[in-house]
Amino acid sequence: MDLTFSQEQDELRTVVRSFLAKYSDEAAVRRLAADPRGHDAVVWRRMAGELGLQGLAVPEEYGGSGFGYVELGVVFDEAGRALLCEPYFATVALAAEALLRCADDQARADLLPGIASGATIATLALTEDSGRWDEPGIRLTAHDTPDGWRLTGAKTYVPDGLLADLLLVAARTPGGISLFAVGADAAGLTRTPLPTLDQTRKQARLEFADTPARLIGPEGTAWPVLERTLATASVLLAAEQVGGAAAALDAAVDYARIRVQYGRPIGSFQGIKHKCADMLVEIESARSAAYAGLWALDAGDDTETAVAAALAQAFCSEAFTKVAGDSIQIHGGIGFTWEHPAHLYFKRAKSSEVLLGTPSYHRELLAARLGI
Amino acid sequence: MELDFGPAVRDFREELRDWLADHLVGEFAEHRGVGGPTDGAAWEVRLAWDRELSAGGWLGVGWPREYGGRGLGLLEEIVFEYEYARANAPYRATGNALDLLGPMLLKVGADEQKKRFLPPILAVEELWGQGFSEPGAGSDLASVRTRAERDGDEWVVSGQKVWTSFGVHADWLYVLTRTDPDSVRHKGLSMLLLPTDQPGVEIRPIRNLAGQDEFAEVFLSDARTGADMVVGEVGQGWRTAMATLGIERGTTLLPQQLTFEREAESLIELARERGALDDPMLRRRIVDAWISVRVMRTTNLRTLAELTAGRTPGAQATTAKLYASTRHQQLGHLAQELAGPAGQIVGADYGLDTRQRSFLLSLAETIYGGSSEIQRNIIGEQILGLPKEPRP
Ligand SMILES: Cc1cc2nc3c(=O)[nH]c(=O)nc-3n(C[C@H](O)[C@H](O)[C@H](O)COP(=O)(O)OP(=O)(O)OC[C@H]3O[C@@H](n4cnc5c(N)ncnc54)[C@H](O)[C@@H]3O)c2cc1C
Repeated sequence: MDLTFSQEQDELRTVVRSFLAKYSDEAAVRRLAADPRGHDAVVWRRMAGELGLQGLAVPEEYGGSGFGYVELGVVFDEAGRALLCEPYFATVALAAEALLRCADDQARADLLPGIASGATIATLALTEDSGRWDEPGIRLTAHDTPDGWRLTGAKTYVPDGLLADLLLVAARTPGGISLFAVGADAAGLTRTPLPTLDQTRKQARLEFADTPARLIGPEGTAWPVLERTLATASVLLAAEQVGGAAAALDAAVDYARIRVQYGRPIGSFQGIKHKCADMLVEIESARSAAYAGLWALDAGDDTETAVAAALAQAFCSEAFTKVAGDSIQIHGGIGFTWEHPAHLYFKRAKSSEVLLGTPSYHRELLAARLGI
Repeated sequence: MELDFGPAVRDFREELRDWLADHLVGEFAEHRGVGGPTDGAAWEVRLAWDRELSAGGWLGVGWPREYGGRGLGLLEEIVFEYEYARANAPYRATGNALDLLGPMLLKVGADEQKKRFLPPILAVEELWGQGFSEPGAGSDLASVRTRAERDGDEWVVSGQKVWTSFGVHADWLYVLTRTDPDSVRHKGLSMLLLPTDQPGVEIRPIRNLAGQDEFAEVFLSDARTGADMVVGEVGQGWRTAMATLGIERGTTLLPQQLTFEREAESLIELARERGALDDPMLRRRIVDAWISVRVMRTTNLRTLAELTAGRTPGAQATTAKLYASTRHQQLGHLAQELAGPAGQIVGADYGLDTRQRSFLLSLAETIYGGSSEIQRNIIGEQILGLPKEPRP
């Protein structure tokens, strides 16, 4: 078990950080936040072409580079730090993971190379109006016809659902929960953007009216696949939250060093210094929580991953929100403005907190997995 | 998650596990989980247990062979601490010398000092106390006033030390003294080794809030020690002291965290017995307690991994103490709440059960080794680079 970072992993971090500093700076984030589709095709292509980020953890046989989850976690950590607005989470953490974990070699061979090359933007459509992330929450139905499967119903809160070329949809069939692939131009598909509090991650509502779909994996076997996908995505989201929190702290510390009140930099007052120290304690603890999940994933230990993932989401969600809120506080009045980036982190924190289920929900998952 | 350090240390671990299984029996086994920096209960048994460990060759696993150690590496030391805590063996009575003084001597001590003092530590023949704090110098350690003056080939030491753990049992003290009377703060301090068995040293036990008297106040009036009893250089005592505190903050967390994990498990058991798991408010706090100890574990593993890879540990090595001490207190509060009124009843002579003792002793964890407030100053200034406290 290697719980420290290798030189290569450190280098990956450096490369990704400097790339994102250039292509996901504050101006880019603001521009994309204001855009309903919120994505820059040139940056997306560069991420794939120059850095291979979309295919980082995709096996080589499907056009990826076959790295592990720690490497992927490093990228998400940096993406969170830069508030990256690309559909990276939806494509890599949700869709690619679902494909990797389903029992369908053909689907993998057909669909993963497009994701790895950056040609395909993809997402997973699971939640519906109830906003639930569990099995009973899936009500959309699919039925088999002589011309193949058809979907009827609606999905909502779908990350980057407007943008995605490929939608993986969880549906109820006579055999149970099944997974389907739907193309963006499928008949009977209506996509509506949802205006979001956090403008840096887009969501959409998808309606399916007798929409043709391709069954992925054997019918009725998708729930365990989705469960594992969600656990993985929870860990990657946690890594992203750690990065976001670290950036919010850095900004607060930089400001506390230069802002003078009562003739002293405010960072020399313990009220501020101790708050910053507590933020770092929170972040380092959150880092432990997220990385424990990455290590469990790389060890291929599903039981440990399930525990670590629920823990990471319960912990890192709250840590990011707390730190991002404290960062606004340390910035004083300027932190409360639209012009200052502090609110962008705070809103990302609040949306991430519920993206895969609330902290309370994840505590319950954890309790159940521990038998508490 | 099992710690696995690879085949190199597997034999060592097996040998240790077997030894513990064979020797941690009878009276020793009854004192599992007993102890803590200020826990004077069962002193004689704990001392006997340390001698048993010494006879088995388990003290000073990483110390050089010439001083009675095993000459193994950091990895084996870590495995030792981990397995030791896993077996829930009693807190070592000689911990002070093993964890603090010994490493300090190994780092900056003179050869003669190492030869003279290290073997008796490992043989549990001489016990040590740390004389840093004074009534006027706790957090502000640099304002130490205990004076030491040269008189021929001896130092003459006068002043007062306080909160000296194991003080009443100590044969020797390592004391931070002011050897340059005109100096201020960090300059002009020296670290002296001082025998307690002399008329100039008076040691009085202080009772802690758990009713135990394992720390003490020490009165020095013209106490004497040899000129060669300075550790490091004269006037460089601050540097020597800081090296020790670095050790103190680094090594104690791993065994501690295993103890906390055990406490969290027993807390869940208690909650189950009491039907508290059905109460959503309590349930949430119970899950959070479990999360805390798991986070502590990963944080410590991160630090250990960095140390064993020869890297400088990251920020988490410094934040870990603040997190662990704070969360451990929360865990104790929750355990007391779950125990309900029964948790308020103690045995004869203020006899505490394991849970009560650990809870009360946890109140010290945010004070000793640098209080939480001082930890926050250190994190703010040394890690985050915020401006220093203005000093008059
Ligand atoms: C169980 C136990 C065992 C110990 N064992 C030993 C031992 O073996 N040898 C030894 O030498 N010492 C020992 N100590 C002493 C320990 O190191 C000190 O108690 C500790 O450093 C705090 O010092 P103090 O008690 O003088 O408190 P003070 O320094 O007086 O602090 C009082 C309060 O003020 C706060 N405070 C102080 N300065 C600041 C500041 N600059 N900013 C913000 N807040 C501040 C503190 O955090 C604390 O809350 C032990 C203490 C305990 C509790």
